[in-house]
Parts: sequence; structure tokens; C-alpha cells
Amino acid sequence: MKSVLLIFLFFLLPSGWTQVAGQVEVCPDCAVSTIKKGIEKAGVGDTVLIRKGTYLEYNIAVEKPLTLLGEPGAVIDGQDKGEILRILADSVTVDGIEIRNVGTSYTTDWAAIRVVKSEYYRIEHVTLKNLFFGIYLERSDNGKVLNNTIIGDAKDEYNSGNGIQLWYSKHVEVRGNHVQGVRDGIYLEFADEVVIADNVSTKNLRYGLHFMFSNNDRYTGNTFENNGAGVAVMFSRNISMTGNTFRKNWGSAAFGLLLKEINDAEIRGNTFEENTVGINIDGSNRVVYTDNHFIKNGWAVKVLGACYTNSFRNNNFLYNSFDISYNSKMNDNVFDGNYWSEYTGYDLDKDGIGDVPYRPVKLFSYIVNRTPETIILLRSLFMDIIDFSEKVSPIFTPDNLVDANPIMKRRQ
Amino acid sequence: MLKILKYSFYDLMRSRWSYVYFLFYLMLGFVLLFLNNDVSKAVITLMNIIIVLVPLIGTIFGIMYCYNSKEFTELLLAQPIPRRSIFLGQYLGVASSLTFSLIFGLGIPFVLYGLFMSDAIFDFSLLLVTGAFLTLIFTALAFNIAISNENRIMGFGYAVLLWLFMAVIYDGLFLISLVIFEEYPLDNFSIAATLLNPVDLSRTLILLKLDISALLGYTGAVFKQFFGTNAGLVISAVMLLLWTIFPVWRMVYVAKRKDF
Amino acid sequence: MIEVNGLFKKFGKNQVLDGLDLVMGDGGIIAILGPNGSGKTTLIKCLLGMVIPDKGTIKIGDVPIRGSWKYRSGINYMPQIADFPGNVKVRELFDMIRDLRQQPDRQQELAELFGLGPHLQKRLSTLSGGTKQKVNIVLSFMFDCPLLILDEPTTGLDPAALIRLKELIREEKSRGKTVLITSHIMEFVAEVADEVIYLLEGRIYFQGTVDELKKKTRQNNLEHAIAAITATPENA
Repeated sequence: MKSVLLIFLFFLLPSGWTQVAGQVEVCPDCAVSTIKKGIEKAGVGDTVLIRKGTYLEYNIAVEKPLTLLGEPGAVIDGQDKGEILRILADSVTVDGIEIRNVGTSYTTDWAAIRVVKSEYYRIEHVTLKNLFFGIYLERSDNGKVLNNTIIGDAKDEYNSGNGIQLWYSKHVEVRGNHVQGVRDGIYLEFADEVVIADNVSTKNLRYGLHFMFSNNDRYTGNTFENNGAGVAVMFSRNISMTGNTFRKNWGSAAFGLLLKEINDAEIRGNTFEENTVGINIDGSNRVVYTDNHFIKNGWAVKVLGACYTNSFRNNNFLYNSFDISYNSKMNDNVFDGNYWSEYTGYDLDKDGIGDVPYRPVKLFSYIVNRTPETIILLRSLFMDIIDFSEKVSPIFTPDNLVDANPIMKRRQ
Repeated sequence: MLKILKYSFYDLMRSRWSYVYFLFYLMLGFVLLFLNNDVSKAVITLMNIIIVLVPLIGTIFGIMYCYNSKEFTELLLAQPIPRRSIFLGQYLGVASSLTFSLIFGLGIPFVLYGLFMSDAIFDFSLLLVTGAFLTLIFTALAFNIAISNENRIMGFGYAVLLWLFMAVIYDGLFLISLVIFEEYPLDNFSIAATLLNPVDLSRTLILLKLDISALLGYTGAVFKQFFGTNAGLVISAVMLLLWTIFPVWRMVYVAKRKDF
Repeated sequence: MIEVNGLFKKFGKNQVLDGLDLVMGDGGIIAILGPNGSGKTTLIKCLLGMVIPDKGTIKIGDVPIRGSWKYRSGINYMPQIADFPGNVKVRELFDMIRDLRQQPDRQQELAELFGLGPHLQKRLSTLSGGTKQKVNIVLSFMFDCPLLILDEPTTGLDPAALIRLKELIREEKSRGKTVLITSHIMEFVAEVADEVIYLLEGRIYFQGTVDELKKKTRQNNLEHAIAAITATPENA
């Protein structure tokens, strides 16, 4: 109880009566003309108000709790010399600053803003341009990264960094950010209990969002468009993916969502539109797919390797070149009650469920897996005839892979 | 030539088959749109129909017209009209009446449905343009067959065989060769093989719009160049044009040297 | 004047015209006769440019016809089989040919002469063979051309129409035109022809007037003369 009171005093009392007095103004023509000096002069919990202007600084360290508040037009230019802002204390807020020209290094991951072993940080309304790494959270839990804009100009994977990176950081909220033109838009490694919501991640070289060894995370309402690949979730457990949009992730290795060694995930209410592969599933088990929309993808779902007890229910599969593709004859997954735009069966008893089961795997998808050039024969009469005969008597495709209750009307 | 075209066209426009063809497309359009209520799905179904049915109808119609108008042709040959005009005129008459039926038969239901408000208009126009090209090509091929074969039964046989080959057998052989030689780089081969068959060519042209996501999944650089840029569209269009011009040219060439 | 020089034509292995030479003056009715396959129709079609000879030249009015088509505006041709596009009405067919040739014509007068008035609005496919032949006749006589070529013109005609046809032919002759006729009806030939050309195996076997032919074969009847011509030695 005593300690709680102490913490309470520690945080609230100073800000209570030093808020106005405890403000340090920084501007190019002021007495305090650099941010470093401003931070030096500021007391614990003070606000450093950065006026409009360009500050040529780097390696700025924040070692006490305070707020860095930038006016519109307040720019820190690192001149490509190294890392810019390093936060080493709890309860630091960075708000409204623009940071430019982070140095690129092949040995150190220089970031525009790095948070190291600190908690209760808040990074918001920050704009990052021409960067290497953007916001790098290192062993820092319980923070918030909100409404930032990160615009990189990455050209090659080997010398570019990630927009927002979480490394051994738990309980972080990443919300409302816009990330584009970096390697991975948002990258999580050993980051658990993280919420990623309402971000837009686009035109990134590799992934829009990338999970490695991270468990119990949730991402929702994000848009991933035009990335090398949309979202990669690898070696992680209990990830909930809901209400996201994966669009136009095009290319030979491109997909909307990649699941590699993922167990017990939930994928619900997402939209996969015009991706080369909607979801690429590799060795993932007990994943539940419901209420998703797969629209005009090359392959809506591509299943590779051993995947067990996954279930696909109540999804819409609309005008995909291939709905489902398998590379083995084995099937342990359930398809039930989905809408398939290619379904040609009938519903005589008018219960809204087709009377004939639907076979979502075409023989042609096997042939294309084997000889990729054959893709050029897509939708040819010859292929349709072959597919039809395979549908009548399956030889190459798993014969238990059917949706026994295909619905007649698409779900809204 | 324009006069011959005019008379052939009027003649065909009055024939029962033009109506049947027109009504067929009209009904197809209405059924697809108003029973389905889904433009995207309708466009996909239409594509299948266009690349299979349009060549068949063009071939059969063309060959039928040639044989049935033999006497008419001879009547014209005795008139002071150059042969080129007679044959080009008849060809254009048949091809344009078929194209007319196709475009209006499918166009009317789509326009009534409110196509101009939909973003599928580009896909749809591409379909119609491709269909028109296929009509031009296969009618010209049929005229070639008819002009080189006096025997109607043989001519019909060749025409049906031609269609069967272009629409089905060619792709079968294509697939088999791709699978057999899968260890070799096959980019150039596949694209060349596609360009050499107008049915495949048209299909690819439409695929570039409908299934671009899947086409870009393939790693080959040539493919990527072909599908990923406008190059594919331009090359395909030029090839379709060549496919139209060459048979027409040969038809005129043979007709000029033929005895009637 | 029609001048044919060394005309050769082969259909497959069949040498239809075998170095045919022929000169025909202007004016008069000339019947081209000969057994089946002797090359009558081929010769006519060569004149019309419908069959292209392997070798040899044809001049009509001193102009070589090879590769040309304009000279055909000086020819009226009546084909053997009167078959026309079935969907077209008689009236439209006449209009079409007139439209194509853009020459003055007397279609209306001729149509009345052959009693085609009630048929003008009918489609050609609904007409009887004889009526079609009448349409054929009107088509080939309606323009004012120096050369008329009639291939089996009497086929399917009723007696009245036949009489009118003969009158027409004579009328054309009286205007100084050249009329080339092929026919199997020897009576008809004997009645109208001034000159007879007999073709055999792709060559001219005989050319002269009907009387000359009768004299030569010592027959009183053209039919018998024709039958006899092949039996007599070549120089008889």
C-alpha cells in the first residue's frame, strides 16, 4: 500500500504543480536551441516543447520520464549519421515530432526511436521519413504506439529495416499507424500479448506484418496492401486475426497471409482480395477459419505440408482462380457451409444448402503445382474437361475433401 | 466491295440463323445477369462461352455461307467486279453480321442491367472485342477451307476439325508437352504456343484481366514481363490482328487464282 | 471481235482445253457445240475470267482480258444453273445487279415480257425452276452489251417463254451484237445460230455456218450432222 502511494506521489504530484512551470521550450533561436539541451534542462515529468524548426541532432538519449512534444513543423534531421532518439526511462511520451534521415548501418540496427527496457511509453503522432529502422521496442512492455506515420524508401531487403519492431516486448498496443516503404511494416519477435489494430501497412518490401515466436497476440482491423507479402505468422501460438483486409499482394512468392507452424489460431471476418495466394498454410494445426471473404485471389487457400484439424466454415469464396490447392492426397481438415461462387449444384429442397457436395480442389491446381508454366492454360476448355472428369471420379485429389453443405447464397 | 458487303449483310440479317444466334446471346445475357445478379460471375461464364462457342459458330456459319452462296458468287463473278471485292465483301458481310449479333445480343442485357454504372465495363468490353476478333478469325479460316475444298462434306469435316483442334486438342498437346519437358525452361515456349492459337490468345487476353493474381504467381521472368506489364496486352492484340489479316489475305490470294 | 490464242487448261489430270485457237467476228449468233466434257463451259468461263487458263491469251475487242475485270461490263452472261440467294426478293435481285453495274437497263420491260410482274415481291427460294430461269433471262438481257453469253438458256422454259427468248436473241442480233450460245437442243440451235463452233477434246473441230456443216457432213438435219461430224475423218 505504501509503495503504491509512493508511486502515485512520484507520478502525480510533480505533474500536478510543475506541469506549467516544468515546460522547457526549444527553438532554433531560443536560449535552448537543441533538443539534447532541452532534455538536460527538463526535470522529471516535465514537457520539452519543440517549436517549429529543423534540429540537426542524433544520439539523443532520454533518461528520465518526460514528454517530448513537437509543434507542427518540428523536425529532427539525423543527417544519416546514426540513431536519433533513444528512450531509456519509463513513462516517456513522444508526440508530434518529425524525424528524418536515420543512418543506415550493416552492423547496428539504428532506429529513429528506440525504447530500451522501459515501460509505460507512449509514441504518437510521430512522422518518420527516410529511415532505417523506425520505432524499435526492445525489452519494453506496457507501451503504446499510436497514430504514427512511417514512410520509408526501401529498395533492397538487405539494407533496409522494419517500420515498427517489437523484440521481447509484452502488452504493447500498436494502433492507427501508417507504415509504408520499409522492409517489414510491423515486426514482432518474442512479443506476447500484443494488440495490433487499425493500422495500414502498404508497399513494404517484405511483409506488412510479421510474427516470429510470438504468442497470444491479436491483430484486428488492419489493412495490408501491395506488400511483398501481406502478413507472415510463423512459429507462434494463439494468434487471433480478425477483421483485417489483405489486398493486392502480388508476385511469385506473394500471399495475403502466410501461416507457418501455427497452432490454435483464429482467423475470422477477414477479407482477402486479389492476392496471388490468399492464405498460404504450411504445417499449421487447429486453426479456425470463419466468416472470411476470399475474393478474386489466384489461390484462395494453398495448403502445403501436413496440416491437421483445421476447419473452414461460413466463408465466402468468390471468383478465385483456384479455391483450394493441396499438394498431398491426405486431408484432415473440414470444409463446411461455405459459399463457393463456382458451385453449380442445385437446391431442390430450398433449405439454402446445395444438395450436391462441392469439391473445391481442382486437378488443374495439382498440375500447376508440378509444372508452373501450365498456368497459361487456365480456364481452357481442355482443362475444364479434365477438371470435370476428376470431379466425377477423384484420382489425384483427396476424395474426402468436400464441402458437404455448400450454401447457395453468399454471406454478406 | 462495299456493295457486296451490304448485300451479303442484308441477306444474312434476314436469314433465320442470324436471329437464332442473336436471340441465343440475348437470352444468355439475360439469364446470366438476371438469374444470377452478379456481373463478375456473368463475365467469367461469358468468357468460357466466347472462347468456345464463338469460334465454332464463326466456322460453321462461314462454311455454310460459302457453300450456300456458290451460285450467287458465280453470278457476281460474271459481273464487272474484281474478285477481291466479291470475296472480301462476302467475308465482311458474314463476319460483321455475326459480330453484330454477338455485340448486340450480349450488349443489350448488360446495358439494361446497368453495366455503365458497374466497374466491370472494361472486362466486358474486352470480352466483346475478343469475341469480335474470334468471329473475324474463324470466319476467315472457314472461308479459306471452303475456297480450297469443293466438296462440301469434306469442307464441313475440316471446319469442325479445325475448331476441335483449336479449342481442345491444341491445349491437350500443349499441356502434355509442358509436362514432359518440365525440366527445361518453358517460358518462351508457352508464350509462343499461346500466340500461335487464336483461341488461347483470346483466353490469355481475358485472363490478364480476370486472373492476373494467379498468373503473377509464376516465377518465370518472361512470364512476368508478359503478364505484369502492358507488353502482354499489346503483343496479344497485335497477334490477334495478324491472325485476322493473314487468313483474309490468303483467302483473297487463293480466290484470285481459283477457277469457278 | 474475240481472239483466242493457244488456250490450255487442265483440271487435275484432265486436259480440258488443249491449245484452242479461235477467232470470232462481231455480230451474229454463234453456237458452241460439242459432247459433254469437250470444254464448252470452260471456254465460256475463260472468256468471262471465271476460269483462269494455264496458257494462252484471250482478247476481247483487241484488249487482253487477263487480270482485268472492267471488260465484263461489256458482257451479259446467263449461267447454266439459275440459283440465286434464297432470301432475296426478285425485285431486290434486279435492283442489286443494277446497283452493281450502274448501266442503263430495260429490266422493267423484260420483266413484263416474261410475265414476272406478280413474282417481283417473292423470294427467289419460293420460285419454280422455270420462273427462276425467266429471272435469269431478264438479268442477262437487261443491259445493253456488245457480247451476250448464254449457257443452256432453254432449260426449263415453257413454249411461250421459249418463243420470247428466241425473239430476244434475234433482236439482239439485229442490233449488231454477238451472241454466244451453248445448248443441247439442236432444233433451237438450227433455228437461231448463224455460225457453229464444234469443240472436241479441247480444240476447235469445226467452225462455220450451219449450212456449211450440213454440206460437209452431207446431212439435212443439224442433229444428224452433229452426230456424223465425229464419225467423219478430220479433213472431210
